[in-house]
Amino acid sequence: MSQVVTPSATPAAARPRVRRDIGIKRRYAAERRFRAYGIAAILFGLVFLFMLLTSVVSKGYTAFQQTMITVPIEFSEQVIDPNKERATNPQKLLTANYPVLARNAVAKVLGVAENDRTKMREVGQMLSDSVRAQLRDLVVANPSIIGTTQSVRLLAAGDLDSAFKGQIDLDVTESNRKISDQQVGWMKQMAEAGTLAKHFNTGIFVNGASSRPEAAGVGVALIGSFYMMLIVLVLALPIGVAASIYLEEFAPKNRFTDLIEVNINNLAAVPSIVYGLLGLAVFINFMGLPRSASLIGGLVLTLMTLPTIIIATRAALKAVPPSIRAAALGLGASKMQTIFHHVLPLAMPGILTGTIIGLAHALGETAPLLLIGMVAFVANYPTTPLDPSTALPVQIYMWANEAERAFVERTSGAIIILLLFLIAMNVGAILLRRRFERRW
Amino acid sequence: MNILKLSAAALVASVAFAGAAAARDQIQVAGSSTVLPYAKIVAETFGETFPNFKTPVVESGGSGAGLKEFCKGVGEATIDIANASRPINKSELEACKAAGVTDVQEVRIGYDGIVFAAASSNGDMKIEPKDLYKALAAEVVVDGKLVANPYKNWSDVNATLPKGPIAAYIPGSKHGTREVFEEKIMTEGCKESGAAEVIKAAITDAKQAAAKCVAIRKDGAAVDIDGDYTETLARISANKTGLGVFGLAFYENNMDKLKVATVKDVVPSTETISSGKYPVSRPLFFYVKKAHLGVIPGLKEYVEFFISDAMVGPDSPLAEYGLVAAPDAEREAVRKAFAAGKTM
Repeated sequence: MSQVVTPSATPAAARPRVRRDIGIKRRYAAERRFRAYGIAAILFGLVFLFMLLTSVVSKGYTAFQQTMITVPIEFSEQVIDPNKERATNPQKLLTANYPVLARNAVAKVLGVAENDRTKMREVGQMLSDSVRAQLRDLVVANPSIIGTTQSVRLLAAGDLDSAFKGQIDLDVTESNRKISDQQVGWMKQMAEAGTLAKHFNTGIFVNGASSRPEAAGVGVALIGSFYMMLIVLVLALPIGVAASIYLEEFAPKNRFTDLIEVNINNLAAVPSIVYGLLGLAVFINFMGLPRSASLIGGLVLTLMTLPTIIIATRAALKAVPPSIRAAALGLGASKMQTIFHHVLPLAMPGILTGTIIGLAHALGETAPLLLIGMVAFVANYPTTPLDPSTALPVQIYMWANEAERAFVERTSGAIIILLLFLIAMNVGAILLRRRFERRW
Repeated sequence: MNILKLSAAALVASVAFAGAAAARDQIQVAGSSTVLPYAKIVAETFGETFPNFKTPVVESGGSGAGLKEFCKGVGEATIDIANASRPINKSELEACKAAGVTDVQEVRIGYDGIVFAAASSNGDMKIEPKDLYKALAAEVVVDGKLVANPYKNWSDVNATLPKGPIAAYIPGSKHGTREVFEEKIMTEGCKESGAAEVIKAAITDAKQAAAKCVAIRKDGAAVDIDGDYTETLARISANKTGLGVFGLAFYENNMDKLKVATVKDVVPSTETISSGKYPVSRPLFFYVKKAHLGVIPGLKEYVEFFISDAMVGPDSPLAEYGLVAAPDAEREAVRKAFAAGKTM
């Protein structure tokens, strides 16, 4: 361009300067203002994002550590199986009084006499009720430890955990909190001796739901969410891509296809609870599929994600230049071959991005799951998609409604886990796009 | 084409799979969010105590929603137990019978106290039903006439109450707690303050007169909370003169943040509620389908475990959490009625 301008540029300098008001100052000012608005808008968004993240992280990071008490436990035969019936009666080992073993062990460390019943009760309250299952599993897995003394790491009760993390105000009068001065004293004593300490909390990732905050985890919810995402991916991606290819490449353009297009765009904006109602009516009441199963959740979320995937896929197909189709057809490829050999591979990054965004949306959805019975307390791992399970956002919602203080940090902890998954999925979308993207 | 074939196969497989897995081996429970924490404790302990049964699945969603699900019919696709924070009503029972759920067993598990509490920075509060009625009713009696509620501050209603503006966070109408609040506080206060008689004189229809007594003001002083008690707690932490309605169990778990009010000079506690001294309490229930007993593995054991003294007695995990145990004779009667298979 510059070469064309140069010859005429010299005489222009010779011409008398005419000052025309072309509003250059005004236009520059307008541009500066617009930039300032843009920056303000971004800052506004960032401030809220920052507030959300600080509130979640500052409340939730403590959930990844759990207070535990490590004590030598004497697996006394007197307590577990006083009449030596375990060889004949296998139930004996399952129903033995295991909490007593843990309580006695802690009492011994604290120097509390076993006949002081009120104090023993307070000692017992410092331990989680889940020690029963923990010790039972140890003994059932290896009955030979009966009669020996083993060092075992026991879960502290939720209230003790909250107090140790400083989440319970210990300055209020003793009667107004769930932990007594005596227990606080013991807590400090054990912390100094190193018996009581915070450890990394693997339980929050692997445990199922529990009414005891210290033993509650998102394990079942993670599996449920995984099954649902798998079902959404396996069903929504092929159906959505097939529908869009047909609509974009084969379908005639007439009123009927216009109507379909309007409907798909509308469906993408329908509140998700409507899909829940549909799922309840069709999958549970009509087809008789089991309640609370992740299969139904997956099917409902598939319906919800389909419009998003179809819209994204159609946009990606449209973005492939017509010259590619024309070239393929010109070389003798059939329409089918043109689409599957040339158009679809080029549209793939766009399709995958749309799918991952749709999946991320589905991962964070709770409302439709409420109606199909997935907002529930589920403690057992689901082995198939037909077993009852929950989902990550549901677990967050349920923990947010709990009364115990220790669930506050777990709610934020679960939000952090969910956010990490969403970040991973979105990073995946960006990487896929980078890898497959072509520019013309 | 491979993708298409694969998806079709997956669809067919998933449906066929669903048909094959008919026998349900897990108890399904739904209903009241007040009963939910108790049901969760029992379900979890049940799963640990009986390793041969799976831990029951407990859904929340409210007494009404749970009973509706419960009354959908008999069979493995329907739930086995509905938790309720109020007795099943006539129309629900009829709906049940119409859908084929003819034998319903009612189980009363204990009592729940409803407490009034404000932020812990407040002084002692003494509440009388008539004060709350005056503070919260849509229309109150002034000089013998019904007028729109003119009171702005708690102290306008009763000089012993704090000076701040009236703000109360009460459970929304979908909660069973609301009914108890209306019955034990509003209706009671309506009578005590003498408003009931004025209303009776003005409105002849008894039903409408009763509805007038429980009508809550809509000018923003009383706020319906449709969420859970955590929402009420958040509102109270933000508004220090606000009064909130909580369950006893929730209050006991958050005593360091809340200051409880006495009702008729009685401090709410497990003792005052079980003795009947504290006036605002209600029984909690669950309903069992008799047709499912013996069909769903563990259902009978679960119910028996739930009503055993180890779970609902005075020194049990549920009592620890905040349930007020029923008197010994009543617990025994509940156990006998269930064992005898008494239906409604």
